[in-house]
Amino acid sequence: MKKKLATVALGALMAAGPAMADLVFPSLSYRTGPYAAGGIPFADGYADYFTLLNERDGGIGGVMAKVIECETGYNTEKGVECYESTKGEGALIYQPLSTGITYQLIPKTTADDIPMHTMGYGRTSAKNGKVFSHTFNYPANYWDGASGAINYLLDENGGDLSGKKIALVYHNSAYGKEPIRTLEELSKKHGFELAALPVDHPGQEQKSQWLQIRRDKPDYVLMWGWGVMNQVAIQEAANIRFPMENFIGIWWSGAEHDVMPAGDAANGYKALTFHNVGTDYPLYDDLKTHVIDAGKAAGAGDQVGTVLYNRGLYAAMLAAEAAKKAQEIHGTADINASQMRDGMEALEMTEEKMTELGLPNFGPTFSVTCENHGGDALVGVTQWDAANKAWTLISEFKPTDGEVIGALIEEDSAAYAAENNIEPACN
Amino acid sequence: MFYREAGDFKVSYRDDSQTFPIKFDRYRYYVVLAVAFGVIPFLINDYWANALLLPFLIYAIAAIGLNILVGYCGQVSLGTGGFMAVGAYSCYKLMTAFPEVSMFIHVILAGGITALVGVLFGLPSLRIKGFYLAVATLAAQFFLVWLFNRVPWFYNYSASGQINAPERDVFGIIITGPNAPAWATYLFCLVFLALSALIARNLTRGTTGRTWMAIRDMDIAAEIIGVNPLKAKMSAFAVSSFFIGISGALFFALYLGAVEVGEAFGIQKSFLVLFMVIIGGLGSIFGSFAGAAFLVLLPVVLKVVGADWLGWPTDIVAHLQLVIVGALIILFLILEPHGLAQLWRVAKEKLRLWPFPY
Repeated sequence: MKKKLATVALGALMAAGPAMADLVFPSLSYRTGPYAAGGIPFADGYADYFTLLNERDGGIGGVMAKVIECETGYNTEKGVECYESTKGEGALIYQPLSTGITYQLIPKTTADDIPMHTMGYGRTSAKNGKVFSHTFNYPANYWDGASGAINYLLDENGGDLSGKKIALVYHNSAYGKEPIRTLEELSKKHGFELAALPVDHPGQEQKSQWLQIRRDKPDYVLMWGWGVMNQVAIQEAANIRFPMENFIGIWWSGAEHDVMPAGDAANGYKALTFHNVGTDYPLYDDLKTHVIDAGKAAGAGDQVGTVLYNRGLYAAMLAAEAAKKAQEIHGTADINASQMRDGMEALEMTEEKMTELGLPNFGPTFSVTCENHGGDALVGVTQWDAANKAWTLISEFKPTDGEVIGALIEEDSAAYAAENNIEPACN
Repeated sequence: MFYREAGDFKVSYRDDSQTFPIKFDRYRYYVVLAVAFGVIPFLINDYWANALLLPFLIYAIAAIGLNILVGYCGQVSLGTGGFMAVGAYSCYKLMTAFPEVSMFIHVILAGGITALVGVLFGLPSLRIKGFYLAVATLAAQFFLVWLFNRVPWFYNYSASGQINAPERDVFGIIITGPNAPAWATYLFCLVFLALSALIARNLTRGTTGRTWMAIRDMDIAAEIIGVNPLKAKMSAFAVSSFFIGISGALFFALYLGAVEVGEAFGIQKSFLVLFMVIIGGLGSIFGSFAGAAFLVLLPVVLKVVGADWLGWPTDIVAHLQLVIVGALIILFLILEPHGLAQLWRVAKEKLRLWPFPY
């Protein structure tokens, strides 16, 4: 008993003491709740990449990386608790994987001088680094997604969408409402008709929305869904025999677990993406030797190679690259959160760098500057092959409508700056 | 030995009917107040404020509000989340429309607006009771959440439908927004909680509270002895919603800072506050505190012990948390249906005789 107590006390001491020797990457994950199916693979990928760096390279620039997981359950109140409990441990960067938590953390992280990376989610206008100094959303955001989907449909229709009907099925929350404004602007520009159909949390009940789709017969359906809502929507679309190739989801609606339940009926379903799919990269060989075969994989280890696992891996890779950049700029291996922010703002991802990391052609190339925290906004499209149970990239990473999106970002970030008395500036 | 009435002579009616008739209790109460107002603000940090104390203080206000309605007046309500949302959104509209006005006034006005809305949704209680009233208030919950999601005026036409608390101050000290010091937000909530508890306590032992309890115990008998059910029920709904509105406003402006109505004020919030009231003890102000503390602190304690100390995987800890909290709720309801407040009463009764029980 005594020994046990001593172990507990030691553990507590180790948990409570500031771990200055490590680079701390908190992972605000959700392995429970209605969104766990998406949260688990992302958290596994995120943790596994840092394990790989520690095992193979001895950390980042010689300093070990430490991932602290904190369960949020996609719940904003738990997110606050997680943020407060991990920030004292020297957290370098936050990636909450939840738009709701992101909105809460934007002012908090700015006040605490800790950067936040919201990769493909969060507040879109955070792309404007002059207003959102500590929030980054490279390589792509929701409005890029909306525009990317429309651009893809323009390509399909020979550059003309006038008179077409497009329906948007969205999660009735801050996350799902994000693309509406962009789609409205784009519908004016390209002359298509837009119908927005909200689905309430958590999204199991969608009969009426799909009844409306069956009645209105839109040419295309776009979806901004997450968690169980995706599976239900794809099943409902199959039930009303909506042609799957005309159904496009955002990148959060395009993982294996979203399409699997519908079986063969989901064949041909499309989803946007900002990174490549599959496991056909040299990095995966290292991952196998150093992490998976060594028994150090996070979670159950059964998510390796899925779409969201790759996304977690990608997020971790970008964080590690930013940390390396920060070490280079400041000439110290033991960086702090403020230096990490500088590293993120100077981040540049080139094809050579990706190849060197063992991930050739994995993501779009982009560079981050103070004016542009959102990268170059390149969006690709993937399609589900139900027979082979695999996603394939069917459209390369292409630019989005910067003109429309830029104006909207300017407007929204100016509103935020006015509301919070921020003087837009680059230091 | 220390905890006894003997030797503490009451010479006026005022002394005789005070809240804490036992001297020890009285001093304990003053010590708690002194620590809460005079010591904690100097020791508090961001973690303690945002993870534990703020949610506890705010939920305690909500629990007091709901306890007035459910515990004292016997009207079951499942609309707490919706009424908290009314408080939050009216506070947001007031904050953005009148930035120069003090936050104290905004929060109180938000409570007032919620009271009006509460009375409106309380009207059905004149015709229906029990489970049927619960369903009517459930309708209020869903309607209010739908309304704040649907009408862009409530969230000032922002792209995402979120509301964000801008920076506001009280007497020159920032209390909302990310730059607010922990002690200031804590004290602001504490002042509201202390005032709410004081008002609730004094209302419930006066005429108003007695009419509520008369309605709760048997409405027909109450009517026969001259209690006006319209006045009693409406005042219970108004006072209860007033406190719940205040807690909603604080929940949004000071604690979370950014809120999305469906996520923050959904049906699960209504149930959470109802559980606090039931576990704490129906018809007890202390019970509201105990229930709020139990349901706010327990998950955090379990998380710290499981994930941070023992190093278990976070998902297992999260699942265990549900199991343990659920089991404890069932256990409490079986062993002590009158809640934590009754345990407290029994403990005090025992303490009076200690160390020579007969």
